[in-house]
Amino acid sequence: MKDSIVKVWKFYIDGFKAMTLGKVLWTIILLKLIIMFCILKPFFFPRFLNDHPSKAPKTEIVAGELIDRVAE
Amino acid sequence: MIASIDTALIDWSRAQFALTAMYHWIFVPLTLGLAVVMAIMETIYYKTGNEFWKNTAKFWMKIFGINFAIGVATGLILEFQFGTNWSNYSWFVGDIFGAPLAIEGILAFFMEATFIAVMFFGWDKVSKKFHLASTWLTGIGATISAWWILVANGWMQHPIGMEFNPDTVRNEMVDFIGIATSPMAVVKFFHSVLSGWVLGAVFVVGVSAWYLLKNRHREFAIQSMKIGAIFGLVASLLVAFTGDSSGYQVAKTQPMKLAAIEAHYEGSTDAGLIAIGILNPSKERYDDGKDPFLFDIKIPGLLSFLAKRDLNAYVPGITNIIEGGYELEDGSIALSAEEKMRRGKIAVTSLAKYRLAKKNNDDTTAQLALKDLRANEQYFGYGYIKDKYELVPNVTINFYAFRIMVILGGYFILFFALTWFFIKKKSITNKKWFNWVAVLTVPLGYIAGQAGWVVAEVGRQPWAIQDMMPVNAAISKLDVSSVQITFFIFLVLFTIMLIAMIGIMRKAIKKGPNVA
Repeated sequence: MKDSIVKVWKFYIDGFKAMTLGKVLWTIILLKLIIMFCILKPFFFPRFLNDHPSKAPKTEIVAGELIDRVAE
Repeated sequence: MIASIDTALIDWSRAQFALTAMYHWIFVPLTLGLAVVMAIMETIYYKTGNEFWKNTAKFWMKIFGINFAIGVATGLILEFQFGTNWSNYSWFVGDIFGAPLAIEGILAFFMEATFIAVMFFGWDKVSKKFHLASTWLTGIGATISAWWILVANGWMQHPIGMEFNPDTVRNEMVDFIGIATSPMAVVKFFHSVLSGWVLGAVFVVGVSAWYLLKNRHREFAIQSMKIGAIFGLVASLLVAFTGDSSGYQVAKTQPMKLAAIEAHYEGSTDAGLIAIGILNPSKERYDDGKDPFLFDIKIPGLLSFLAKRDLNAYVPGITNIIEGGYELEDGSIALSAEEKMRRGKIAVTSLAKYRLAKKNNDDTTAQLALKDLRANEQYFGYGYIKDKYELVPNVTINFYAFRIMVILGGYFILFFALTWFFIKKKSITNKKWFNWVAVLTVPLGYIAGQAGWVVAEVGRQPWAIQDMMPVNAAISKLDVSSVQITFFIFLVLFTIMLIAMIGIMRKAIKKGPNVA
């Protein structure tokens, strides 16, 4: 079991070390993920229902919105 | 009340979602298409042992890798938007949307992440057979991911297999298999994935043609073109077939979308399909009495045949769908939009009464309200429609986007057939004009796919979920400025990434394959 894990680990490490163009691509992927999860998600995309000012249960918030928005 | 939702908020939320989805769809189809092309090439290497095919497959894998790396996780931004901009929608759809997306996420991560690593790192470390299996499984993983995404989208176009729970205000899944295999999801899956295959083939032929124009890597280019042409021809014929099936499903479940696509205002038997047409830009409403076309040539009966498989069948127009009164397939008479709106309002107010009665422990009133809700539930979304004209999607966009998609679809069949013909005649290297055509066809592959999605999504407006929830009920009550800011952040970010991808890909293509 331990040998298998070491083999898989070595497989990935050797693979990453041997990359040429892949290094640029991995940098882009990491940069993108950092921007997405460390900047966009926390600062621009909070979950609306979790942070609702009323602090009411989500069901109540949505029910209230759907009922209030009925066309007159 | 509904008036408190700013229309600018709806428009910006929709624009942001459209921008992200369209950007995402730049990468996905090429991933799906190239995955098959490179797997076919590696299969030839596996069978023949010829190193040429190994290096050919490796080159296309490199292009696949660039596209994959830039495109990966762009779909997650759509999920961010569900939670922030579309919170009512996200809550209302419950697990129906969440389950397919969760399966997609797990599959995408485990299958693609595992096998893609073997595909790139494992050439001399695993057996040829295992490597080949990994290459195929990378593509299969991406395709299965697409299945679940398209199941979720198919459900929005034709919601089935759920029950609305008024206590939680959520739809609960009651038929997972029904949702996963709904005809709408099935045709959407095949049509979308096959369009990705067409793009993959167009890309391979286009890049190979560029090598021929530059007089570089001739054998590589011809062999790649050969595979691209056969693969593309088969895929584009299947796209035409699944497009027809898709149209048939749309006619059944989204007749307004079909009517908008065809600018079909007045219903008729033996309805004609517009082969060539120029819309009258002064026509603003379905009932303004203006002719919809400045010029048109119709193929008699073809719309009836495509929609109902009967040249003489009745196809309702926009006017009929709004005014109602025509006979539906089940023999019932279609309700007018105004009647549906009235019933929708009863459904929404019954929900309010039910919830209030439950809060007051008044079971008798709650049961009566629930009965009214159930009786009018199928029109729930119409309760948010203020004006019947809101129910007509943008005819101009649908009409022209559909024609761009279909004309390009027909062109691709001809293009791949000609590519194959010139290869067979061994004259492809001398056909400089055709190689230029092939290079210039690459952007057309992207345009066709985008046009298809425009038809699918603009055509279902104003619905986020067909008949159940319009976009004005689905969005969160946010400041318009916050949605505008994120829209422009995405625009800048996506543009930078797109430029990066084009730059890296251009460099890799210029460098060329490592073949003799």
